[in-house]
Amino acid sequence: MSSLSPETVQTVAGLEKYKHGFSTDIEQEFAPKGLNTDVIRFISEKKGEPEWMLEWRLAAYERWQAMEEPTWAKVDYTPVDYQDLYYYAAPKQKAGPKSLDEIDPEILETYKKLGIPLKEQEVLAGVEGASRYAVDAVFDSVSVVTTFREELAKAGVIFMPISEALREHPELVRQYLGSVVPVSDNYFAALNSAVFSDGSFVYVPPGVRCPMELSTYFRINASSTGQFERTLIIADKGAYVSYLEGCTAPMRDENQLHAAVVELVALDDAEIKYSTVQNWYPGDAEGKGGIYNFVTKRADCRGDRSKVSWTQVETGSAVTWKYPSCLLKGDGASGEFYSIAITNGRQQADTGTKMVHLGPNTRSRIISKGVSAGRSTNTYRGLVSAHPKAKGARNFTQCDSLLIGKDCAAHTVPYVEARNSQAQFEHEATTTRLSDDQLFYAMQRGLSQEEAVALLVNGFVRDVLQQLPMEFAVEAQKLVAISLEGSVG
Amino acid sequence: MTMLSIQNLHVSVADKPIIKGLSLDVPAGEVHAVMGPNGAGKSTLSYTLAGRGGYEATGGSVDYLGEDLLALEPNERASKGVFLSFQYPLEIPGVPALTFVRTALNAQRKARGEGELSAPEFLKLVKQKAKDLRIDFEMLKRPLNVGFSGGEKKRMEVLQMAILEPRLLILDETDSGLDIDALRIVSDGVNALRAPDRAMLVITHYQRLLDYIKPDRVHVLVAGRIVDSGGPELALELERSGYDKYLAEAA
Repeated sequence: MSSLSPETVQTVAGLEKYKHGFSTDIEQEFAPKGLNTDVIRFISEKKGEPEWMLEWRLAAYERWQAMEEPTWAKVDYTPVDYQDLYYYAAPKQKAGPKSLDEIDPEILETYKKLGIPLKEQEVLAGVEGASRYAVDAVFDSVSVVTTFREELAKAGVIFMPISEALREHPELVRQYLGSVVPVSDNYFAALNSAVFSDGSFVYVPPGVRCPMELSTYFRINASSTGQFERTLIIADKGAYVSYLEGCTAPMRDENQLHAAVVELVALDDAEIKYSTVQNWYPGDAEGKGGIYNFVTKRADCRGDRSKVSWTQVETGSAVTWKYPSCLLKGDGASGEFYSIAITNGRQQADTGTKMVHLGPNTRSRIISKGVSAGRSTNTYRGLVSAHPKAKGARNFTQCDSLLIGKDCAAHTVPYVEARNSQAQFEHEATTTRLSDDQLFYAMQRGLSQEEAVALLVNGFVRDVLQQLPMEFAVEAQKLVAISLEGSVG
Repeated sequence: MTMLSIQNLHVSVADKPIIKGLSLDVPAGEVHAVMGPNGAGKSTLSYTLAGRGGYEATGGSVDYLGEDLLALEPNERASKGVFLSFQYPLEIPGVPALTFVRTALNAQRKARGEGELSAPEFLKLVKQKAKDLRIDFEMLKRPLNVGFSGGEKKRMEVLQMAILEPRLLILDETDSGLDIDALRIVSDGVNALRAPDRAMLVITHYQRLLDYIKPDRVHVLVAGRIVDSGGPELALELERSGYDKYLAEAA
């Protein structure tokens, strides 16, 4: 059978069931609208930052003003009016709440609704056998709480909001901040460097295996507000850490900007596993509203035998521009990129990775699964390159695209640059349409059309889902189903 | 009690009439064979009964347990007990056979207002049925039908029947692609499902399958209509003389 029935296409094209679309009504404090040096000073002062940080921000702002917004991605959107945004929004509260009792109950309720455990005792009293994980909760521009800090501190692991790290561990932050993604790397990174508000800071000391999963939960709540997350993770020699971020936002008619920068540093024999479940509000079926997700994520595998693994499940956002990458510098360093990108309605995603082989014997592996439905556009864009010194570099890339319906599009844009003769690169790509035969087979066994689509798509993305930490894999599997559902039964 | 009653059914595929006035009654507890040459409309009949898109009933009626079968979605038919064993079972990449069957069973139970089967209950059930069909349990952890041999695929169909316990079984060319050992195992599995409240429609080109699955009635389907009906002896006669007699009449 060549094409799906119109009903199937319509069913999966429906987008109204965004489960996290509520907003929280609380008193918030804003910086004046617009972007200028005063606003940057305001943010820096609010955070009680050292002087060098302010200067760093101002320098980034100056660079940003001289730059132009990139247009090479296969996305089309209403330009952002950078003077019509709030760059800082924070729940009104006493500075730095010390315990959960001091946090606005409305915020606690928000995270409860989202299913994010903020009370350690509740996590501890949770389902038997379920593993514990620590959470840093970022609400608009500030982190509201970070759990399990004391227990982590016993292991020597630092896990705290980056704003706090700037005060408590300025030397560490200063050493690594901007060392992976330089201020002037790209337009959005420069903007982020000037105005970033909060995010997580992780440092795992030499030889330490972080005793639990770390996670940050980003929530955009306020309207007309940009979120500028900045995350910095350092795994010292022989250290291991697994980190996960989740993201949601209320349903709003306007487009909101999320321009994040994430930097990972892996020293000798260190390993970082970074997983993302991105479920920002995607806009309605006609493409009204939704988050612009313009994100720079990069890992510096500077140590020998260091390893970084990116896993992403991208189901939300109106427009996604995101390429989590690895600079493979150390001898024998390895990078992995596992991606599921699902677009529906009018969503547009241009996402992929860069694996830059700089050191000898470096290895990388890319598995990308794109699913397009409705009238969406889904592009995989990737670069694999080998420097002349990267003797024995190896890469394996597999890009699979699945199309649901006739009005969506999938594109694969792989760039490969081997500048030495000993590099071995493999690339496989497939594009298939969701099969009517398979769909009918599943329905003949009793699955509704929606259940059948969800089952088949979950099968398609299974290789990547398996890379997620257990406790998030189940959630991600449900999310895959929901993001393709017209109505949740 | 008549379980399935087809009256003067007309079906077109892409505006081309394939079934042209087919009538057939299958009572509960009986096994009916539908035999016919290539292109007679055998697969069209099974797909129409299962509700596949693109198979348009342009006339006539199909009554299943007092309901208008043609008005139901494929999954509604399934949860009401209609099971089609595919001539070419589909490969479902990335979905372990266990997951597939469990999802199907629970979807049907939910539709019937029954509770879902717990994981241990389900595993116990599957293990027993797999053993009966000589299916290695490890195979059920692999994606359904992906890389399975023809015989393994057909055994997976019978396993699904045994677990889903349908009321009306439609076997579409179940013997195709089977060697003699696989045919015996599959037939044993099907025969084990014979029951007074269950009916079977065995659609086949060759008489061979009917040596293993003994029909109560045999119908001859030629050019979209049932042109002859009789007891099991009719199948043997067809084996000797072929369909030429009927084809000449139809032409």
